[in-house]
Amino acid sequence: MSVSRLQGTLDRGAIAVTAEIGPPRSCEVERLRAMARALKGSAHAFNLTDNQAANVRMSSIASSVICLQEGLEPVMQMTCRDRNRIAMQSDVIGASALGIRNVLCISGDHQTFGNHPQAKNVYDLDSVQELMVLRRLREGANWAGEPLAEPPQLFLGAAANPFADPFEHRVTRLAKKVEAGAQFVQTQCVLDLDRFRRFMALVVERGLHERVHILAGAIPLRSHKAALFMRDKVAGMSVPDEVIDRLRRAADPKEEGIRLCVETMQELVSIEGVHGVHITAIAWEDVVPRLVREAGLTP
Amino acid sequence: MIIAERKPLPEVLEMLEGAKDVLVLGCRACTAICLAGGEREAVEMREALSLHSELKGKGWSVSALTVERACEREFLSPIEGHTGTVVSMACGVGAQVVQGLFPSLRVVPGVNTSNMGAPEGMGVFVERCAGCGDCIIHLTAGICPLARCAKGLLNGPCGGSKGGRCEVSPETPCAWEQIVRGLEAQGRTDLLEAIIPPRDWRPSRSGGPRRIVNAEAAPGPAQREWRGED
Repeated sequence: MSVSRLQGTLDRGAIAVTAEIGPPRSCEVERLRAMARALKGSAHAFNLTDNQAANVRMSSIASSVICLQEGLEPVMQMTCRDRNRIAMQSDVIGASALGIRNVLCISGDHQTFGNHPQAKNVYDLDSVQELMVLRRLREGANWAGEPLAEPPQLFLGAAANPFADPFEHRVTRLAKKVEAGAQFVQTQCVLDLDRFRRFMALVVERGLHERVHILAGAIPLRSHKAALFMRDKVAGMSVPDEVIDRLRRAADPKEEGIRLCVETMQELVSIEGVHGVHITAIAWEDVVPRLVREAGLTP
Repeated sequence: MIIAERKPLPEVLEMLEGAKDVLVLGCRACTAICLAGGEREAVEMREALSLHSELKGKGWSVSALTVERACEREFLSPIEGHTGTVVSMACGVGAQVVQGLFPSLRVVPGVNTSNMGAPEGMGVFVERCAGCGDCIIHLTAGICPLARCAKGLLNGPCGGSKGGRCEVSPETPCAWEQIVRGLEAQGRTDLLEAIIPPRDWRPSRSGGPRRIVNAEAAPGPAQREWRGED
Protein backbone atom coordinates (compact mmCIF):
# COMPACT_ATOMS: atom_id res chain seq x y z
CA MET A 1 0.00 0.00 0.00
CA SER A 2 1.37 3.38 -0.87
CA VAL A 3 0.61 6.46 1.17
CA SER A 4 1.89 8.98 -1.39
CA ARG A 5 2.26 9.49 -5.10
CA LEU A 6 6.02 9.33 -4.71
CA GLN A 7 5.82 5.97 -2.99
CA GLY A 8 3.31 4.68 -5.55
CA THR A 9 5.53 5.70 -8.44
CA LEU A 10 8.64 4.13 -6.95
CA ASP A 11 6.90 0.97 -5.79
CA ARG A 12 5.60 0.24 -9.26
CA GLY A 13 9.10 0.58 -10.63
CA ALA A 14 8.68 3.83 -12.54
CA ILE A 15 11.34 6.54 -12.58
CA ALA A 16 10.42 9.19 -10.03
CA VAL A 17 11.36 12.85 -10.09
CA THR A 18 11.57 15.08 -7.05
CA ALA A 19 12.67 18.72 -6.95
CA GLU A 20 13.66 21.05 -4.17
CA ILE A 21 11.82 24.23 -3.28
CA GLY A 22 13.46 26.66 -0.88
CA PRO A 23 10.70 28.22 1.24
CA PRO A 24 10.68 32.04 1.39
CA ARG A 25 12.51 33.91 4.13
CA SER A 26 9.34 35.69 5.22
CA CYS A 27 5.58 35.31 4.89
CA GLU A 28 5.62 35.63 1.07
CA VAL A 29 2.79 33.16 0.61
CA GLU A 30 1.88 34.41 -2.84
CA ARG A 31 5.45 34.00 -4.08
CA LEU A 32 5.50 30.43 -2.81
CA ARG A 33 2.10 29.73 -4.37
CA ALA A 34 3.24 31.18 -7.69
CA MET A 35 6.35 29.00 -7.60
CA ALA A 36 4.26 25.96 -6.77
CA ARG A 37 1.94 26.67 -9.69
CA ALA A 38 4.89 27.12 -12.05
CA LEU A 39 6.41 23.80 -10.96
CA LYS A 40 3.20 21.79 -10.79
CA GLY A 41 3.37 18.67 -12.93
CA SER A 42 7.15 18.76 -13.34
CA ALA A 43 7.90 16.27 -10.55
CA HIS A 44 6.13 13.61 -8.53
CA ALA A 45 6.94 15.39 -5.30
CA PHE A 46 8.71 18.52 -4.08
CA ASN A 47 11.09 18.83 -1.16
CA LEU A 48 10.44 21.74 1.17
CA THR A 49 13.69 22.38 2.96
CA ASP A 50 13.92 22.80 6.73
CA ASN A 51 15.77 26.07 7.29
CA GLN A 52 18.37 25.08 4.73
CA ALA A 53 21.96 26.11 5.37
CA ALA A 54 20.70 26.99 8.86
CA ASN A 55 19.04 30.20 7.65
CA VAL A 56 15.64 31.05 9.04
CA ARG A 57 12.88 30.51 6.49
CA MET A 58 9.21 29.67 6.44
CA SER A 59 8.86 26.30 8.16
CA SER A 60 8.96 23.15 6.11
CA ILE A 61 5.63 22.05 7.54
CA ALA A 62 3.85 25.31 6.63
CA SER A 63 5.32 25.48 3.14
CA SER A 64 4.48 21.80 2.61
CA VAL A 65 0.84 22.54 3.43
CA ILE A 66 0.81 25.51 1.05
CA CYS A 67 2.17 23.26 -1.69
CA LEU A 68 -0.51 20.69 -0.90
CA GLN A 69 -3.15 23.40 -1.30
CA GLU A 70 -1.70 24.13 -4.75
CA GLY A 71 -1.92 20.47 -5.72
CA LEU A 72 1.76 19.58 -5.28
CA GLU A 73 2.86 16.61 -3.25
CA PRO A 74 5.41 17.72 -0.64
CA VAL A 75 8.44 15.98 0.83
CA MET A 76 8.78 17.60 4.23
CA GLN A 77 12.40 17.80 5.33
CA MET A 78 13.09 17.56 9.03
CA THR A 79 16.52 18.16 10.52
CA CYS A 80 17.86 16.94 13.86
CA ARG A 81 19.44 20.32 14.44
CA ASP A 82 16.40 22.17 15.74
CA ARG A 83 14.09 19.60 17.34
CA ASN A 84 14.31 17.00 20.05
CA ARG A 85 12.37 13.73 19.88
CA ILE A 86 9.33 15.32 21.50
CA ALA A 87 9.09 18.10 18.91
CA MET A 88 9.86 15.73 16.02
CA GLN A 89 7.11 13.30 16.87
CA SER A 90 4.66 16.09 17.55
CA ASP A 91 5.43 17.83 14.26
CA VAL A 92 5.25 14.62 12.25
CA ILE A 93 1.90 13.66 13.77
CA GLY A 94 0.70 17.17 13.00
CA ALA A 95 2.12 17.06 9.48
CA SER A 96 0.43 13.78 8.73
CA ALA A 97 -2.85 15.15 10.09
CA LEU A 98 -2.46 17.99 7.58
CA GLY A 99 -1.93 15.57 4.71
CA ILE A 100 1.86 15.43 4.49
CA ARG A 101 3.13 11.90 3.81
CA ASN A 102 6.73 12.07 2.63
CA VAL A 103 9.25 13.02 5.32
CA LEU A 104 12.99 13.32 4.72
CA CYS A 105 15.11 12.69 7.83
CA ILE A 106 18.40 14.60 7.87
CA SER A 107 21.05 15.78 10.32
CA GLY A 108 20.83 19.35 9.01
CA ASP A 109 23.50 21.90 8.21
CA HIS A 110 25.38 23.04 11.29
CA GLN A 111 24.03 26.31 12.68
CA THR A 112 27.39 28.06 12.38
CA PHE A 113 26.85 28.20 8.59
CA GLY A 114 23.62 30.12 8.84
CA ASN A 115 22.33 33.49 9.95
CA HIS A 116 22.10 32.50 13.62
CA PRO A 117 25.53 31.06 14.37
CA GLN A 118 25.01 31.91 18.05
CA ALA A 119 22.17 29.38 18.33
CA LYS A 120 22.30 26.27 20.48
CA ASN A 121 21.73 23.09 18.48
CA VAL A 122 19.72 20.08 19.59
CA TYR A 123 20.91 16.77 18.09
CA ASP A 124 18.94 14.77 20.63
CA LEU A 125 18.77 12.26 17.75
CA ASP A 126 20.87 11.83 14.65
CA SER A 127 19.29 11.13 11.27
CA VAL A 128 19.51 7.33 11.70
CA GLN A 129 17.79 7.54 15.08
CA GLU A 130 15.22 9.98 13.66
CA LEU A 131 14.30 7.32 11.09
CA MET A 132 13.90 4.74 13.89
CA VAL A 133 11.63 7.01 15.89
CA LEU A 134 9.45 7.99 12.91
CA ARG A 135 9.19 4.41 11.71
CA ARG A 136 7.89 3.37 15.10
CA LEU A 137 5.35 6.21 14.92
CA ARG A 138 4.19 4.93 11.54
CA GLU A 139 3.97 1.42 12.95
CA GLY A 140 1.62 2.65 15.64
CA ALA A 141 3.55 3.66 18.75
CA ASN A 142 5.49 6.66 19.90
CA TRP A 143 9.10 6.26 20.99
CA ALA A 144 7.96 5.81 24.60
CA GLY A 145 6.09 2.72 23.38
CA GLU A 146 2.61 4.14 23.89
CA PRO A 147 0.19 2.95 21.18
CA LEU A 148 -1.28 5.53 18.81
CA ALA A 149 -5.02 5.32 18.13
CA GLU A 150 -4.37 6.75 14.67
CA PRO A 151 -0.72 6.52 13.58
CA PRO A 152 0.69 8.96 11.02
CA GLN A 153 0.88 7.75 7.42
CA LEU A 154 4.47 8.20 6.36
CA PHE A 155 6.86 7.48 3.51
CA LEU A 156 10.27 7.96 5.09
CA GLY A 157 13.31 9.26 3.30
CA ALA A 158 16.98 9.77 4.04
CA ALA A 159 19.87 11.58 2.43
CA ALA A 160 23.14 10.10 1.22
CA ASN A 161 26.29 11.87 0.17
CA PRO A 162 28.48 9.70 -2.08
CA PHE A 163 31.02 12.53 -2.33
CA ALA A 164 31.86 13.02 1.32
CA ASP A 165 34.51 11.01 3.11
CA PRO A 166 35.39 8.36 4.16
CA PHE A 167 34.16 7.12 0.78
CA GLU A 168 34.29 3.39 1.43
CA HIS A 169 32.06 3.75 4.49
CA ARG A 170 29.42 5.98 2.88
CA VAL A 171 27.54 2.87 1.82
CA THR A 172 27.72 1.50 5.37
CA ARG A 173 25.97 4.62 6.58
CA LEU A 174 23.35 4.24 3.88
CA ALA A 175 22.83 0.62 4.96
CA LYS A 176 22.22 1.82 8.52
CA LYS A 177 19.62 4.28 7.29
CA VAL A 178 17.85 1.53 5.37
CA GLU A 179 17.99 -0.69 8.44
CA ALA A 180 16.57 2.16 10.53
CA GLY A 181 13.57 2.61 8.24
CA ALA A 182 14.45 4.66 5.17
CA GLN A 183 12.18 3.81 2.23
CA PHE A 184 13.69 6.28 -0.22
CA VAL A 185 17.00 8.06 -0.45
CA GLN A 186 17.91 11.33 -2.12
CA THR A 187 21.60 11.80 -2.84
CA GLN A 188 23.80 14.85 -2.89
CA CYS A 189 24.00 16.46 -6.35
CA VAL A 190 26.00 14.40 -8.78
CA LEU A 191 28.57 16.25 -10.88
CA ASP A 192 31.23 13.56 -10.54
CA LEU A 193 29.58 10.66 -12.37
CA ASP A 194 32.59 8.37 -12.02
CA ARG A 195 32.54 8.53 -8.26
CA PHE A 196 28.77 8.16 -8.21
CA ARG A 197 29.02 5.02 -10.37
CA ARG A 198 31.54 3.56 -7.93
CA PHE A 199 29.20 4.38 -5.05
CA MET A 200 26.24 2.76 -6.78
CA ALA A 201 28.29 -0.34 -7.56
CA LEU A 202 28.87 -0.75 -3.81
CA VAL A 203 25.17 -0.12 -3.14
CA VAL A 204 24.19 -2.81 -5.65
CA GLU A 205 26.85 -5.17 -4.31
CA ARG A 206 25.19 -4.98 -0.90
CA GLY A 207 21.74 -5.34 -2.45
CA LEU A 208 20.59 -2.07 -0.92
CA HIS A 209 18.95 -0.96 -4.19
CA GLU A 210 16.41 -3.74 -3.66
CA ARG A 211 15.52 -2.50 -0.19
CA VAL A 212 15.36 1.25 -0.79
CA HIS A 213 14.52 3.57 -3.68
CA ILE A 214 17.47 5.73 -4.66
CA LEU A 215 16.94 9.12 -6.27
CA ALA A 216 20.18 10.56 -7.59
CA GLY A 217 20.78 14.26 -7.14
CA ALA A 218 21.06 16.63 -10.11
CA ILE A 219 21.85 20.33 -10.16
CA PRO A 220 21.83 22.88 -12.95
CA LEU A 221 24.80 25.24 -12.76
CA ARG A 222 24.57 28.75 -14.22
CA SER A 223 28.27 29.31 -14.79
CA HIS A 224 31.75 27.97 -14.14
CA LYS A 225 31.82 30.27 -11.11
CA ALA A 226 28.88 28.39 -9.66
CA ALA A 227 30.80 25.17 -10.25
CA LEU A 228 33.87 26.59 -8.54
CA PHE A 229 31.73 27.68 -5.63
CA MET A 230 30.32 24.17 -5.31
CA ARG A 231 33.81 22.71 -5.43
CA ASP A 232 35.47 25.11 -3.00
CA LYS A 233 32.76 26.27 -0.63
CA VAL A 234 30.30 23.42 -0.28
CA ALA A 235 31.61 20.71 2.02
CA GLY A 236 31.22 17.19 0.71
CA MET A 237 30.98 18.07 -3.01
CA SER A 238 33.04 16.72 -5.85
CA VAL A 239 33.22 18.79 -9.06
CA PRO A 240 35.45 17.42 -11.83
CA ASP A 241 37.60 19.84 -13.85
CA GLU A 242 35.79 18.82 -17.06
CA VAL A 243 32.57 20.27 -15.69
CA ILE A 244 34.25 23.55 -14.79
CA ASP A 245 36.05 23.77 -18.16
CA ARG A 246 32.92 22.97 -20.13
CA LEU A 247 31.03 25.80 -18.45
CA ARG A 248 33.98 28.17 -18.75
CA ARG A 249 34.33 27.58 -22.48
CA ALA A 250 30.63 27.81 -23.23
CA ALA A 251 29.35 30.79 -25.24
CA ASP A 252 26.14 30.68 -23.21
CA PRO A 253 27.07 29.16 -19.84
CA LYS A 254 23.49 29.11 -18.58
CA GLU A 255 22.31 27.10 -21.58
CA GLU A 256 25.35 24.86 -21.25
CA GLY A 257 24.52 24.33 -17.57
CA ILE A 258 21.02 23.22 -18.51
CA ARG A 259 22.37 20.88 -21.21
CA LEU A 260 24.88 19.43 -18.75
CA CYS A 261 22.19 18.85 -16.15
CA VAL A 262 19.85 17.18 -18.67
CA GLU A 263 22.64 14.88 -19.84
CA THR A 264 23.51 14.04 -16.25
CA MET A 265 19.89 13.21 -15.42
CA GLN A 266 19.65 10.89 -18.40
CA GLU A 267 22.92 9.25 -17.45
CA LEU A 268 21.86 8.87 -13.81
CA VAL A 269 18.63 7.03 -14.50
CA SER A 270 20.54 4.53 -16.63
CA ILE A 271 22.76 3.49 -13.69
CA GLU A 272 21.78 0.22 -12.02
CA GLY A 273 19.97 0.78 -8.75
CA VAL A 274 18.91 4.37 -9.49
CA HIS A 275 15.14 4.76 -9.30
CA GLY A 276 14.77 8.44 -9.95
CA VAL A 277 16.32 11.88 -9.84
CA HIS A 278 16.19 14.63 -7.27
CA ILE A 279 16.73 18.11 -8.72
CA THR A 280 18.16 20.88 -6.60
CA ALA A 281 17.98 24.11 -8.56
CA ILE A 282 18.97 26.53 -5.85
CA ALA A 283 17.26 29.91 -6.40
CA TRP A 284 16.56 28.71 -9.96
CA GLU A 285 13.51 26.56 -9.35
CA ASP A 286 11.68 27.74 -12.48
CA VAL A 287 14.13 25.85 -14.68
CA VAL A 288 12.92 22.50 -13.29
CA PRO A 289 10.04 21.92 -15.77
CA ARG A 290 12.41 22.44 -18.69
CA LEU A 291 15.06 20.10 -17.25
CA VAL A 292 12.52 17.36 -16.67
CA ARG A 293 10.98 17.81 -20.14
CA GLU A 294 14.29 17.79 -21.97
CA ALA A 295 15.49 14.77 -20.02
CA GLY A 296 12.34 12.95 -21.06
CA LEU A 297 11.34 12.34 -17.47
CA THR A 298 8.05 14.25 -17.26
CA PRO A 299 5.84 12.43 -14.74
CA MET B 1 41.40 17.72 32.87
CA ILE B 2 39.33 20.88 32.77
CA ILE B 3 40.37 23.30 30.06
CA ALA B 4 39.96 27.02 30.58
CA GLU B 5 41.31 30.21 29.06
CA ARG B 6 41.97 33.58 30.54
CA LYS B 7 39.25 36.18 30.26
CA PRO B 8 40.28 39.34 28.40
CA LEU B 9 41.63 41.85 30.91
CA PRO B 10 39.07 44.60 30.10
CA GLU B 11 36.30 42.17 31.06
CA VAL B 12 37.95 41.48 34.43
CA LEU B 13 38.50 45.20 35.01
CA GLU B 14 34.84 45.87 34.37
CA MET B 15 33.82 43.25 36.93
CA LEU B 16 36.05 44.91 39.51
CA GLU B 17 34.45 48.34 39.20
CA GLY B 18 33.87 49.58 42.77
CA ALA B 19 36.09 46.93 44.39
CA LYS B 20 38.54 47.68 47.21
CA ASP B 21 40.39 44.56 48.33
CA VAL B 22 41.10 42.17 45.48
CA LEU B 23 42.48 38.65 45.86
CA VAL B 24 43.60 36.86 42.72
CA LEU B 25 43.18 33.15 43.40
CA GLY B 26 45.23 30.72 41.31
CA CYS B 27 44.84 26.95 41.26
CA ARG B 28 47.65 24.42 40.81
CA ALA B 29 45.37 21.82 39.23
CA CYS B 30 43.80 21.89 35.77
CA THR B 31 43.93 25.59 35.01
CA ALA B 32 47.63 25.65 35.87
CA ILE B 33 48.31 22.86 33.39
CA CYS B 34 46.38 24.58 30.62
CA LEU B 35 48.27 27.79 31.41
CA ALA B 36 45.17 29.79 32.23
CA GLY B 37 45.06 30.08 35.98
CA GLY B 38 48.08 28.66 37.79
CA GLU B 39 50.50 30.53 40.00
CA ARG B 40 52.23 32.27 37.10
CA GLU B 41 48.96 33.52 35.64
CA ALA B 42 47.68 34.57 39.05
CA VAL B 43 50.81 36.65 39.64
CA GLU B 44 50.50 38.16 36.16
CA MET B 45 46.92 39.06 36.86
CA ARG B 46 47.87 40.62 40.19
CA GLU B 47 50.53 42.73 38.45
CA ALA B 48 48.10 43.81 35.73
CA LEU B 49 45.39 44.74 38.21
CA SER B 50 47.83 46.64 40.47
CA LEU B 51 49.18 48.58 37.52
CA HIS B 52 45.69 49.44 36.32
CA SER B 53 44.69 50.55 39.81
CA GLU B 54 47.77 52.72 40.09
CA LEU B 55 47.36 54.31 36.65
CA LYS B 56 43.64 54.90 36.99
CA GLY B 57 43.62 55.77 40.69
CA LYS B 58 41.29 52.90 41.59
CA GLY B 59 42.77 52.42 45.05
CA TRP B 60 42.60 48.61 44.86
CA SER B 61 44.65 46.58 47.27
CA VAL B 62 45.59 43.55 45.16
CA SER B 63 47.14 40.33 46.40
CA ALA B 64 47.56 36.86 44.87
CA LEU B 65 47.33 33.40 46.33
CA THR B 66 47.52 29.99 44.68
CA VAL B 67 45.98 26.87 46.22
CA GLU B 68 46.53 23.21 45.42
CA ARG B 69 42.99 22.56 44.22
CA ALA B 70 40.29 25.18 44.44
CA CYS B 71 37.56 22.58 43.94
CA GLU B 72 38.19 20.94 47.32
CA ARG B 73 37.44 22.86 50.45
CA GLU B 74 40.30 21.16 52.33
CA PHE B 75 42.72 23.33 50.37
CA LEU B 76 40.93 26.64 50.81
CA SER B 77 41.83 27.65 54.37
CA PRO B 78 44.49 30.15 53.12
CA ILE B 79 41.61 32.31 51.87
CA GLU B 80 40.25 32.76 55.39
CA GLY B 81 40.52 36.32 56.63
CA HIS B 82 40.34 37.87 53.16
CA THR B 83 37.60 40.36 52.43
CA GLY B 84 36.32 41.98 49.28
CA THR B 85 36.56 40.46 45.82
CA VAL B 86 38.18 37.24 44.63
CA VAL B 87 39.24 36.96 40.99
CA SER B 88 39.13 33.21 40.49
CA MET B 89 41.72 31.80 38.11
CA ALA B 90 40.42 28.33 38.97
CA CYS B 91 37.77 26.70 36.81
CA GLY B 92 34.06 27.34 37.30
CA VAL B 93 33.95 24.50 39.78
CA GLY B 94 36.69 25.97 41.95
CA ALA B 95 35.15 29.42 41.78
CA GLN B 96 31.84 28.07 43.05
CA VAL B 97 33.37 26.00 45.84
CA VAL B 98 35.22 29.11 47.02
CA GLN B 99 32.05 31.16 46.83
CA GLY B 100 30.12 28.49 48.73
CA LEU B 101 32.68 28.40 51.50
CA PHE B 102 33.06 32.17 51.79
CA PRO B 103 29.63 33.67 51.12
CA SER B 104 30.62 37.20 52.13
CA LEU B 105 33.37 37.37 49.48
CA ARG B 106 32.41 38.34 45.96
CA VAL B 107 33.89 35.75 43.57
CA VAL B 108 34.28 36.89 39.94
CA PRO B 109 35.62 34.70 37.13
CA GLY B 110 39.09 35.44 35.79
CA VAL B 111 38.91 32.57 33.31
CA ASN B 112 36.34 31.09 30.96
CA THR B 113 35.95 27.40 31.70
CA SER B 114 35.54 25.53 28.46
CA ASN B 115 35.66 21.76 28.45
CA MET B 116 37.12 18.47 29.54
CA GLY B 117 40.10 17.91 27.32
CA ALA B 118 43.76 17.24 26.94
CA PRO B 119 46.89 18.97 25.66
CA GLU B 120 47.49 18.18 22.00
CA GLY B 121 50.75 20.05 21.58
CA MET B 122 52.51 23.06 23.06
CA GLY B 123 49.76 25.39 24.23
CA VAL B 124 47.02 23.55 22.33
CA PHE B 125 44.18 21.95 24.25
CA VAL B 126 41.34 19.99 22.70
CA GLU B 127 38.02 18.73 24.00
CA ARG B 128 37.75 14.99 24.56
CA CYS B 129 34.79 14.24 26.84
CA ALA B 130 31.26 15.63 26.91
CA GLY B 131 30.49 14.27 30.36
CA CYS B 132 27.36 12.57 29.05
CA GLY B 133 27.20 10.16 31.98
CA ASP B 134 26.92 7.02 29.82
CA CYS B 135 30.22 6.26 28.10
CA ILE B 136 30.14 4.37 24.79
CA ILE B 137 33.66 4.80 23.45
CA HIS B 138 34.17 1.03 23.36
CA LEU B 139 31.91 1.16 20.29
CA THR B 140 33.75 4.03 18.63
CA ALA B 141 37.44 3.17 18.76
CA GLY B 142 37.97 5.11 21.97
CA ILE B 143 36.91 8.38 20.33
CA CYS B 144 33.87 10.17 21.69
CA PRO B 145 31.55 11.32 18.90
CA LEU B 146 29.46 13.38 21.32
CA ALA B 147 32.45 15.49 22.31
CA ARG B 148 34.36 15.42 19.06
CA CYS B 149 31.73 15.57 16.28
CA ALA B 150 30.22 19.05 15.85
CA LYS B 151 26.77 17.48 15.62
CA GLY B 152 27.37 14.74 18.16
CA LEU B 153 26.32 12.14 15.58
CA LEU B 154 26.33 8.57 16.84
CA ASN B 155 25.89 6.64 13.61
CA GLY B 156 28.55 7.79 11.21
CA PRO B 157 29.88 10.89 9.49
CA CYS B 158 27.57 13.60 8.15
CA GLY B 159 27.76 14.74 4.54
CA GLY B 160 30.26 17.45 5.39
CA SER B 161 33.23 15.23 6.17
CA LYS B 162 35.90 15.87 3.56
CA GLY B 163 39.53 14.84 3.51
CA GLY B 164 39.32 13.87 7.17
CA ARG B 165 38.30 17.36 8.28
CA CYS B 166 35.11 18.68 9.86
CA GLU B 167 33.12 21.11 7.75
CA VAL B 168 32.48 23.31 10.77
CA SER B 169 36.16 24.04 11.33
CA PRO B 170 38.99 22.86 9.08
CA GLU B 171 41.30 22.73 12.12
CA THR B 172 39.13 20.04 13.63
CA PRO B 173 39.52 16.47 12.43
CA CYS B 174 36.26 14.71 11.54
CA ALA B 175 35.59 12.52 14.58
CA TRP B 176 33.94 9.89 12.43
CA GLU B 177 36.87 9.71 10.03
CA GLN B 178 39.03 9.07 13.11
CA ILE B 179 36.58 6.48 14.43
CA VAL B 180 36.56 4.66 11.09
CA ARG B 181 40.38 4.62 10.94
CA GLY B 182 40.55 3.53 14.58
CA LEU B 183 38.11 0.66 14.08
CA GLU B 184 40.05 -0.39 10.99
CA ALA B 185 43.24 -0.47 13.05
CA GLN B 186 41.47 -2.55 15.71
CA GLY B 187 39.95 -4.89 13.14
CA ARG B 188 36.48 -3.93 14.36
CA THR B 189 34.84 -2.31 11.33
CA ASP B 190 31.87 -4.58 12.10
CA LEU B 191 30.98 -2.00 14.75
CA LEU B 192 30.33 0.54 11.98
CA GLU B 193 27.38 -1.57 10.85
CA ALA B 194 25.66 -1.56 14.24
CA ILE B 195 23.10 1.15 14.89
CA ILE B 196 23.49 3.08 18.12
CA PRO B 197 19.86 3.72 19.16
CA PRO B 198 18.48 6.99 20.58
CA ARG B 199 20.15 7.72 23.88
CA ASP B 200 18.76 8.11 27.33
CA TRP B 201 20.03 11.60 28.12
CA ARG B 202 19.05 11.49 31.78
CA PRO B 203 22.59 10.77 33.00
CA SER B 204 23.71 13.84 31.02
CA ARG B 205 23.12 17.48 31.90
CA SER B 206 19.64 17.10 30.33
CA GLY B 207 18.56 15.22 33.45
CA GLY B 208 19.34 18.25 35.59
CA PRO B 209 22.41 18.94 37.74
CA ARG B 210 24.08 15.65 38.55
CA ARG B 211 24.87 14.21 41.94
CA ILE B 212 27.05 11.11 42.17
CA VAL B 213 27.03 9.15 45.40
CA ASN B 214 29.85 6.65 45.82
CA ALA B 215 28.30 4.27 48.31
CA GLU B 216 31.69 2.95 49.45
CA ALA B 217 32.98 6.39 50.26
CA ALA B 218 29.83 8.13 51.42
CA PRO B 219 29.18 7.84 55.14
CA GLY B 220 26.21 5.72 56.17
CA PRO B 221 23.60 6.79 58.74
CA ALA B 222 25.75 5.65 61.71
CA GLN B 223 28.80 7.58 60.56
CA ARG B 224 26.69 10.63 59.79
CA GLU B 225 25.30 10.54 63.31
CA TRP B 226 28.80 10.15 64.75
CA ARG B 227 30.00 13.11 62.66
CA GLY B 228 27.06 15.15 63.82
CA GLU B 229 25.54 15.44 60.33
CA ASP B 230 21.84 15.17 59.50
